[in-house]
Amino acid sequence: VTGLVAALNAQTVVDAVGLGAIYGLMAIGIGLVFGVLRLVNFAYGQLVMAGAFALAVASERDWPAWAGIVLCFAVVLALTAAMNQFVFRPLRAQSPAVMLVATFAAAFLLQSVALIWFGPLGKPATSLAELNRPISIGSVDIRKITIVAIVVAAIFLVALVLLLERTTIGLHMRAAALDFSTARLLGVRAERVIGTAVLISGVLAAAVAVLLTVQSPLVTPGFGLSQTIVVLAGVVLGGMNRLSSAALGGFSIGFVSGLLGGALPTAQSQYLPSVVFGLVIIVLLVRPDGLFARSTTAERV
Amino acid sequence: VSTQNVERLVAPVALVVAAALLGSVFSRETEIYFITALLAVGFVVALYLFVGNSGVLSFGHASFVAVGAWAAGVLSVPVNEKSLIFSSLFPVLGEHSVGNVASLAVAAAVGGAYALFVGLPLMRLSGLTAGIATFAVLEITHNILRYWDRIGPGTNSFSSVPETTGLTQAAIGALIAIGVAFAYQTSRLGRQLRAVREDSAAARAVGIGVVRQRLWAFGLSGALAGLAGGLYVHFIPLSTEDVYLNLTFVTLAMLVIGGAGSLWGAVVGALAVSALDSFLAEAESGIGVGGVSVDFPSGSRLIVVGFLMALVLILRPSGITGGREFSLARMRGKETS
Repeated sequence: VTGLVAALNAQTVVDAVGLGAIYGLMAIGIGLVFGVLRLVNFAYGQLVMAGAFALAVASERDWPAWAGIVLCFAVVLALTAAMNQFVFRPLRAQSPAVMLVATFAAAFLLQSVALIWFGPLGKPATSLAELNRPISIGSVDIRKITIVAIVVAAIFLVALVLLLERTTIGLHMRAAALDFSTARLLGVRAERVIGTAVLISGVLAAAVAVLLTVQSPLVTPGFGLSQTIVVLAGVVLGGMNRLSSAALGGFSIGFVSGLLGGALPTAQSQYLPSVVFGLVIIVLLVRPDGLFARSTTAERV
Repeated sequence: VSTQNVERLVAPVALVVAAALLGSVFSRETEIYFITALLAVGFVVALYLFVGNSGVLSFGHASFVAVGAWAAGVLSVPVNEKSLIFSSLFPVLGEHSVGNVASLAVAAAVGGAYALFVGLPLMRLSGLTAGIATFAVLEITHNILRYWDRIGPGTNSFSSVPETTGLTQAAIGALIAIGVAFAYQTSRLGRQLRAVREDSAAARAVGIGVVRQRLWAFGLSGALAGLAGGLYVHFIPLSTEDVYLNLTFVTLAMLVIGGAGSLWGAVVGALAVSALDSFLAEAESGIGVGGVSVDFPSGSRLIVVGFLMALVLILRPSGITGGREFSLARMRGKETS
């Protein structure tokens, strides 16, 4: 334990917060759609992957960084809209389990398209590489991207809270997440609410794509998949039924992974996924509403 | 056994036998496609036995395939080669090897035991929760098999496992799976589980133990998956990545496309998707269709399968056979109850 504490220097902690911020953004993207559709989007990572490939293509053609980011957002949002139209909408009447299988199929579809298009080796996205340079604060070297990730996450979080708490559409989304059919009876427009939630989740996926490509610039067809799996675990651990607990779950799992991954030797940290998913099973069994849920509601995940 | 029941058993058996016979008349290269298809029947029927009869989703069956493959693989490598292939195997595994049939029996036993162990806490879950929990099992199994090199090859592939799985063994494996699944679903246990699937409250009210019935099916289904895994490792040199997400996806796709509601749907789905997959695999290396040379880029197989699966889920959720006894769509009723 003393070795562990000694390894926990400030740098590891800051990096872990950065990773937690990115995972938290993904968790919000997944949690928002789950809130209104009861749909676990397994294909979320492939949206991130598509955005990352957009950045890679832009950097290959020496586009300026802003143009790459614009392309990334355009691609991800178009794909999100298409997914909503062709996968989510026709399956809305089905059970959550069927929708999970369908998004599983969508994930593999997108991954295979990327495999054909870009090959298994992938492409590097390097236009934002300078964000990887560290700046020194006291004795701690912090990579710029870590600061950017934390700031971006904070901005999105504040914007989202304002949207959900202060606007009509936000109120409608919260109502829909609580009880969709009653909300509709009271005049909430289903298409608008779902469309907005899916759109925001797409914006978050694009932002995550930008942040992740800076951290690991090599974009392959499997890009974002492992992160999505971990974030899904975090969302379940935190509690899917409330956006704040889902986000907190996503952040925590990123933070803890970053912390332990940085502090533990590889021989131990390689079994981290087993511990995390073991926790997922235990939480599903004993506390299906999640660790951070305020009170137990009647509905199970 | 009624005439109707005989038909229900004979149709899938005939299909498998026909596939095996068809495979034997072609060249060695083509034979591989038929063996793969017959192995797929084993995977899909194993998955069907649980998912079809219980109406509960499982993303975890690739882990039972994996432990079966690991058991059979580790025990089949000749003792004198083990120290070269495995770096740090447990002594008891390193010093013993068994024959082909014994290794397959062990694979089935290990797969079944693992499924029972995992199922004991998990079988009270259903719907989305069951999907996520079984997915967690898949992640844990993959993680452990990949890094724990005391029980297998770790990050490497298996090698020196005798390649005993040909058409004959693959066909026998598929037939065993079909026989077990048929016997189960016509038995008292199978009917009880289907009663739970249709209306768990009513089934409970007449004294059926939901968790116990699901556990039976899960264990049996795990044993079949383990057997299929054993046959798989005797066919090609496996690594952990071969028994992970892709296998989960393809097996689930075959079951959904064929129709999760019936044994017939499982067998048809496995063979139809395998046939399509083989065609595309040939096409990826260039194929002449009616004088026109079609050249698909590599990777198009998963696209077609994924597209088909999404299409079937949207347009015909009960699969191409209609899966009359049950459809995935009815899992919705279970969810809200």
